[in-house]
Amino acid sequence: MRKRSLTLLSDGTLFRRENTLYFENERGRKPLAVEGIYDIYIYGHVTITSQALHYLAQKGISVHFFNHYGHYDGSFYPRESLNSGDLVIRQAEHYLDREKRLKLARLFVRGSALNMERNLRRWKVNDGFSEELRELLEELEGARKITEVMNVEARIREAYYSRWDGHLPEGFKIVKRTRRPPENEMNALISFLNSRLYATIVSELYNTQLVPTVSYLHEPGERRFSLALDLSEIFKPIVADRLATRLVTKRMLSKEHFREELNGVLLTKEGMKKVLSEYEKELTKSVKHPELKRNVTKKRLIRLEAYKLIKHLVGVKEYEPLVAWF
Amino acid sequence: MSSEEYPITDLLITGTEINYLFICPTKLWYFAKGITMEQENEWVDLGRFLHEQRYANEEKEVLVGSIKIDFIRRGDTIEVHEVKLGKSMEKAHEMQALYYLYYLKKLGIKAKAVLHYPKLNETKEVTLDGREGEIEKAIKEVERIKSLPAPPKPVKSKKCLKCAYYELCWV
Ligand code: SF4
Repeated sequence: MRKRSLTLLSDGTLFRRENTLYFENERGRKPLAVEGIYDIYIYGHVTITSQALHYLAQKGISVHFFNHYGHYDGSFYPRESLNSGDLVIRQAEHYLDREKRLKLARLFVRGSALNMERNLRRWKVNDGFSEELRELLEELEGARKITEVMNVEARIREAYYSRWDGHLPEGFKIVKRTRRPPENEMNALISFLNSRLYATIVSELYNTQLVPTVSYLHEPGERRFSLALDLSEIFKPIVADRLATRLVTKRMLSKEHFREELNGVLLTKEGMKKVLSEYEKELTKSVKHPELKRNVTKKRLIRLEAYKLIKHLVGVKEYEPLVAWF
Repeated sequence: MSSEEYPITDLLITGTEINYLFICPTKLWYFAKGITMEQENEWVDLGRFLHEQRYANEEKEVLVGSIKIDFIRRGDTIEVHEVKLGKSMEKAHEMQALYYLYYLKKLGIKAKAVLHYPKLNETKEVTLDGREGEIEKAIKEVERIKSLPAPPKPVKSKKCLKCAYYELCWV
């Protein structure tokens, strides 16, 4: 059985009775086949009993929580079952060795940038971006500190956003990328998608021996899975940005799917539903992998990226970030 | 090679490692470093399921030092039983069983091994008789591979198509 992600948008209670997990809300009680669940994403106000959590831990299912805005709050990350002391040491070694860390940090930025370029070409708004990017990438190669890498990254992103807007319909321009709280619809949408993508990556990392808190571009954090942040640089353009663009250019989302609150703009429940269902669809779409010569889902590409990182760390093959061929 | 070469206290490798040596050294290296694949676990689950159905009354998962034997039958001689899914890795299964016998012999226990292929309704008997050298060579090779700083370069073969490490090796 292929395991699937479970998203709970409505309010309710998650509990366990005997060997079954149930979700109960005012519409009734629904049994959930735990064997078929890969991970859980909670957007509603959900009460979870400790028995349910014990059960999920036992099955190795992570649970990700999102706040009112659809932003990531945190995860229930069951005690890790996959461990490799050897890999942990190598992950740390690549962090502690300045050159090794810089190399990986640059590669994440480079991959991210090339995926942005790919998007702009697709949307036919490249408009000099490629030329500008060549120079910025050269500067990236010369960066001697993580802060310099970060700085180049910010400039690439800026150049990208200014062109991306040219492809977006009126009323859905990004104009100025703002985060918390989002000031307009497109910002709200991108933030929402990025949050979900981040949690997806956390889940994928859970299924590898990589330690999610040891990262290279982002500072390792005790309280966040910063390796997921590193990897999300690669996937944000090709998953979140593309999907956000498609949702508004194909008019699957309209102004009615957003509402304004004191603190900014956010997606309505209906809007979230729409976005999440498209997100799931997107991640289960397959593409033919040129090296593996197999069809893999876009979600699987995240896992493959983790595998590539493992290979880099153990010294089999230098990491080459995924650049979308699709 | 004398069989005095490995005192029992030095025999730290597992049966699975001997098994993997004869499947693929790359797989052995990753496995030995704790880099395992989730499909591998499903496979193990399936094996365990078959096992529990069929051999419900046996003395199961017997741990002796670093080896874990599927089940043991005690009679005139001790029988070590290993349950396997298919026969395509027969050599690997046989060497794993031989390793158990070698290990037990070091402990002064004379035993024979029986490989079970419940899906094929077949069994196969394995005895150590004179094959100590073969197993010692295998032990040496496992130790050598485990001590390599990086995994041996993968070699593409038919085995890869069904291997849980396929994506890791070839991405
Ligand atoms: S994919 Fe092939 S080379 Fe890699 S571990 Fe499996 S059998 Fe060995």
